[in-house]
Amino acid sequence: MVTPAPLTPDQVWAWLEDVPDPEIPVISVVDLGVIRGVDVDGWAVTVTITPTYSGCPAMGVIAMDIELALAKRGAQDVRIATQLAPPWTTDWMSPQGLAKLEGYGIAPPRAAGGPDRCPHCRSQDVERISQFGSTACKAQWRCRACLEPFDYFKCI
Amino acid sequence: MDAALECVLRQADNALVLGHRLSEWCGVGPVLEEDIALANTALDLIGQAKLWLEYAAEVQGAGRTADDLAFRRDVYDFKNALLVELPNGDFGQTLLREFFFDAFHLPWLQALTASPDARVAEVAAKSAKEAAYHLERSAETVIALGDGTDESHARMAAALAYLWPYTGELMVDDAVDLGQDAMPLPSSIRPAWDTTVNAVLAEAMLTRPDSDFAHTGGRSGVRHTEHLGHMLAQMQFLPRAYPTATW
Ligand SMILES: [Zn+2]
Repeated sequence: MVTPAPLTPDQVWAWLEDVPDPEIPVISVVDLGVIRGVDVDGWAVTVTITPTYSGCPAMGVIAMDIELALAKRGAQDVRIATQLAPPWTTDWMSPQGLAKLEGYGIAPPRAAGGPDRCPHCRSQDVERISQFGSTACKAQWRCRACLEPFDYFKCI
Repeated sequence: MDAALECVLRQADNALVLGHRLSEWCGVGPVLEEDIALANTALDLIGQAKLWLEYAAEVQGAGRTADDLAFRRDVYDFKNALLVELPNGDFGQTLLREFFFDAFHLPWLQALTASPDARVAEVAAKSAKEAAYHLERSAETVIALGDGTDESHARMAAALAYLWPYTGELMVDDAVDLGQDAMPLPSSIRPAWDTTVNAVLAEAMLTRPDSDFAHTGGRSGVRHTEHLGHMLAQMQFLPRAYPTATW
């Protein structure tokens, strides 16, 4: 009988890379930058997450998805802690997460406050429709070249 | 009631009551984009209310939850400013009320980030990022409607006359404000509010009323308008009628 090696934080981080954001499934919860810490004690795990927006209804689902994903890999006693400070910023999104967003048709956040190009045709001739979109984290924009509307991931 | 607790409840109730009012627009906004924007603003505010109410419940230490505080208090236990409980009126009135609140809320939250109470500073820092978006949008919309058609201008002028006497309460200090040191005095926000409001009203072709008369009684809870009770009857119906309901 071989005793399983103790779990490492790196292993847990790798597993979390496979947990998709429930509303933008093309990026993971790690890409989203909401994982603020992983603590491991034997096979017990505490994952610290931070909310994107105060009222984001996805946070409950994200916590549940993390618990399920880690439990399925054999982690025991998975705890989700919530941390409010420092507040989440889109600066914490991973570079590959930003690239995946654009590939999915969502313009990634930019410090300038708006997208630099249409995620569909790459035209820079874009205009804002509304500061708010289908979820708290997005705004609605439109491309004047290909005429397609698209989501812009707000920069906060 | 402890002044520190009362101050936290004031933050919570402003966010909760305004969040609920905005949620009343869900599905009936004038165009889809505005409907979605109002619902998203409501969601931010209700999320902020939850953060404040969780803290209020901890400070109170009576074993109550954020939900208990939201759904099982009566009108006179609510500590929101009168402005946020007023009925929505038309779209212009809703956005002008939102603007008056946002013009206070953003600098207020920014000031709270320097609070010696770490929890107050944390919740304020989180909320301020959202409030910045709210103010940008409500200011733009007020300008578009005020400087719009004859009809939209007339409606905004009427909304201004109706709402104006309710704006002052946000920045009137009372004994509770003076009896604690976790939050600055609301009156300290007045210069920032005046600057924002004067600039936006001017651009919106609206004339700032001369009177500085302010209805009060919301933040203390002693004299709410008749409207809050009707709103709570709707907001609190389900958890009161079905106390064991979960979702
Ligand atoms: Zn395009």
